[in-house]
Amino acid sequence: MYDRRSFLIHSAGAAALALAPRMAFAKAETDRRFVFIIQRGAADGLGTIGAVGDPAFAGARGQLAEDFAAGKRLDATFALHPAMTSLAGMYDAKEALFAHAIASPYRDRSHFDGQNVLESGGLGAYQVKDGWMNRMLGVIPSGEAKAIAISATIPLAMRGPHEVTSYAPSALPQASDDLLTRVAALYQGDSQLHGLWSEAMDTRQLTSDLVDVSVKNAAATGQLAARLLTPANGARIAMIETGGWDTHAGQRSRLATQLKGLDAMLASLKTGMGPVWNDTMILVATEFGRTVAVNGTGGTDHGTGSAAMLVGGAVKGGRVVADWPGLGQAALFEGRDLKPTLGLDQFVAGAVAGHYQVEPGKVMATLFPETKGAAPVSGLSRA
Amino acid sequence: MAATDVSIALNRFGLGARPDEGIPDDPKAWLKHQIEAFDPKPAAIAAVPPRAKVAGELADFYEQQRQLRQMGLGRRQQQRAATAPTPPGQPGMMPPGAPQDMTMGSAAAVVPPGTPEPGAKPDADDPLKEARRFVGRQVRDDYAAAVGARANAALSSTAPFADRLTHFWANHFAVSADKLQVIGLSGLLEFEAIRPNLTRTFGDMLNAVERHPAMLLYLDQAVSVGPNSTAGRFAARRPRANGRKLGLNENLAREIMELHTLGVRSGYTQADVTEFARALTGWSVAGIGRGPGARMAGTDGTPGDFVFAERLHEPGERTIIGRKYGQDGEKQAQAVLDTLATSPATAQHIATKLARHFAGDTPPPALVQRLQASFVKTGGDLPSLYHVLIDSPECWVQQPVKFKSPWEWTVSAYRALGMKQVQPLAAVGLLNQLGQPTWKPGSPAGYDDIAASWAGPDALVRRVEASERFATRAGAQVDARALAPKLFPKTLTPATEQALARAESPGQALALLLVSPEMLRR
Repeated sequence: MYDRRSFLIHSAGAAALALAPRMAFAKAETDRRFVFIIQRGAADGLGTIGAVGDPAFAGARGQLAEDFAAGKRLDATFALHPAMTSLAGMYDAKEALFAHAIASPYRDRSHFDGQNVLESGGLGAYQVKDGWMNRMLGVIPSGEAKAIAISATIPLAMRGPHEVTSYAPSALPQASDDLLTRVAALYQGDSQLHGLWSEAMDTRQLTSDLVDVSVKNAAATGQLAARLLTPANGARIAMIETGGWDTHAGQRSRLATQLKGLDAMLASLKTGMGPVWNDTMILVATEFGRTVAVNGTGGTDHGTGSAAMLVGGAVKGGRVVADWPGLGQAALFEGRDLKPTLGLDQFVAGAVAGHYQVEPGKVMATLFPETKGAAPVSGLSRA
Repeated sequence: MAATDVSIALNRFGLGARPDEGIPDDPKAWLKHQIEAFDPKPAAIAAVPPRAKVAGELADFYEQQRQLRQMGLGRRQQQRAATAPTPPGQPGMMPPGAPQDMTMGSAAAVVPPGTPEPGAKPDADDPLKEARRFVGRQVRDDYAAAVGARANAALSSTAPFADRLTHFWANHFAVSADKLQVIGLSGLLEFEAIRPNLTRTFGDMLNAVERHPAMLLYLDQAVSVGPNSTAGRFAARRPRANGRKLGLNENLAREIMELHTLGVRSGYTQADVTEFARALTGWSVAGIGRGPGARMAGTDGTPGDFVFAERLHEPGERTIIGRKYGQDGEKQAQAVLDTLATSPATAQHIATKLARHFAGDTPPPALVQRLQASFVKTGGDLPSLYHVLIDSPECWVQQPVKFKSPWEWTVSAYRALGMKQVQPLAAVGLLNQLGQPTWKPGSPAGYDDIAASWAGPDALVRRVEASERFATRAGAQVDARALAPKLFPKTLTPATEQALARAESPGQALALLLVSPEMLRR
């Protein structure tokens, strides 16, 4: 699947073939790895990286703010959710960097459209047909442009003219608690289905520990990704999909479980990558954030600004990148959401340019061609 | 949920909408046209392993078992052999040690009951081991291919109402693939006896079914011998070594009356069953047993063909439900079938089952009456019955009237996803997991056609799990919000619309659509 000849034939046709002789003399391939973990469902940035130093935080967030008392303090303003113990260690080792009050160009609140923008790299939904990760394969050194999606099909972010493969063992269990919850809501007004479903879920509660299962699944996925990324002839770029972030109700326990899973995934990636971890950059990002205020069901609704992460030995970490807008009522976007002060596009382009030592303007123009006049963030990687 | 007529035509009468299929302008005309346009043998079905091959494998297997037995077996196996019936006239047809009934847990792992007890090391030539291999081959090569063909025909059908009717009739005339002889032939009953007769008369279909090798083997007709037939009298003079007697088998006669035609407790007696069984003797399957016995019985020939073996037939006139049948040979049972096919009790039985399938678990009496009247008036003309269904208001009530069986749900989900091809073993595995293995209801009564049998908590969880797997594969390519109104035109509830709109990803939205109340019922 990755032998050079088929890769060339599949990728860019005649143009790539013409470049082939030069590639043979290119400098020895490095072992840089890049992983994108997408958080589908709008992960709550404020619930992940709490702005404990902001005077309005505790008031706006109520119970959801309380957890951060036990979380790792990142700097004067921010603390990390206590479920993420491995990530806290990586932060100490300067292998984790957080960006806050960050958002893609999308400013509405539909998951479908928001994820389309996040993955396509366009300004609005359905404007760009392929994904920024696929276009990225065209600007980084070709020897490292071997990409795999850890899923049964190739997600939009990776779709496009460059060859990408996908892999998901059929035995890989699905973390489906969120779907089960939504099915329960869907059957609420249907007496027959509601009765059957309640009965089924009661049985399920008795026979399994949902938290354990989803955390174990996340760790197994991280392990699998590391196995695909470490061999000499393996992939160099991967995308992992995570779901369950749409915490409209009961966020305190649900988000803790989600973050525990993400933490386990990152930890098993680090363990699995071994020495290659030093050349690894993992991007964690979501389509948009959630409301600052807590709603009537102990959750939060669709918002705007959120948080993103860069994790790995190649990351210049141990800091939070944020132009903090504040959580006072007047500072909120449309009176309800964390106001985005940093473009996710610039953040991603800067990370990719730094990681692969490619000219930042070229990366920006290729990955996010519609996002004009914004300079990529520099200094995110150690390279 | 108030369904529109278009949605009812697509889902209650049809097999669920396909996104690439146009929405019919005139639902009733669309359904009536399907009865004309039905293709009994589409490409998917034309490609399944033919009957002669499947039955030939069965014949080879029995021949091999016969040879193994002649080469000598351990005492234990011979003892076990004494418990398995051997058919008369066809020595070696039912080999020693070969279990009559085999279970197919999954297509891949097939373990028959009666595996050797612990400590007994199976011989390489162990008949049981051979039997297991045979079952594995038939499941993999013949049964799975047929299930895949059935599914693929349903997915690409342009006459889904007609395809639904073939599934209905195949379940009415059920055989069950947990019996060794039936595994590979079960699908052929539907393809060879049901489909070609879908738009003829009930009598035509009945005749084709009762002469089909799958039915003759499943209900033991192939081994029934008239006590006063040539073979019966010969055997009576020479008791068999294993002590078993040859004789009449009433199984098919009883189930024809009870399940296929008149219906249970409709007035026939045990004496009628026995007389019908006598009339049926000689109706058998050619070429399954080989050797001198088969030649003597007159059941040699191309494996799987219907054969009338005169030497097994009970001579004499029969009296069944007050009517005398003086015909000779094969024509005698044929005459009985012809009577049963147009009996008012049969009309009542069939009318009730059709009404239950299209108008609800408790069939509306007026609809049953209308169907029965049409059946009696037309002598069981099937298209006339289908037209009564289409023209009856009871079949068009806006509330859903049926909870889909696993088969119905699976086909409608595949169609919703726009799939036209499924991997046969994937379809077999999915139906097993969902609780309705194809052509394997475990009894000649077929699968129940009422919600109580299918709407269970665990069954529902399995559908949700299956939906999530479907969505994992197809989710990114399908926008469930756009798909839903195509599947259920102007019928979606706000609850479902909202769930789809609020889903956290396209994949999740698709999974929710596949288990929505609209999708689970019709």
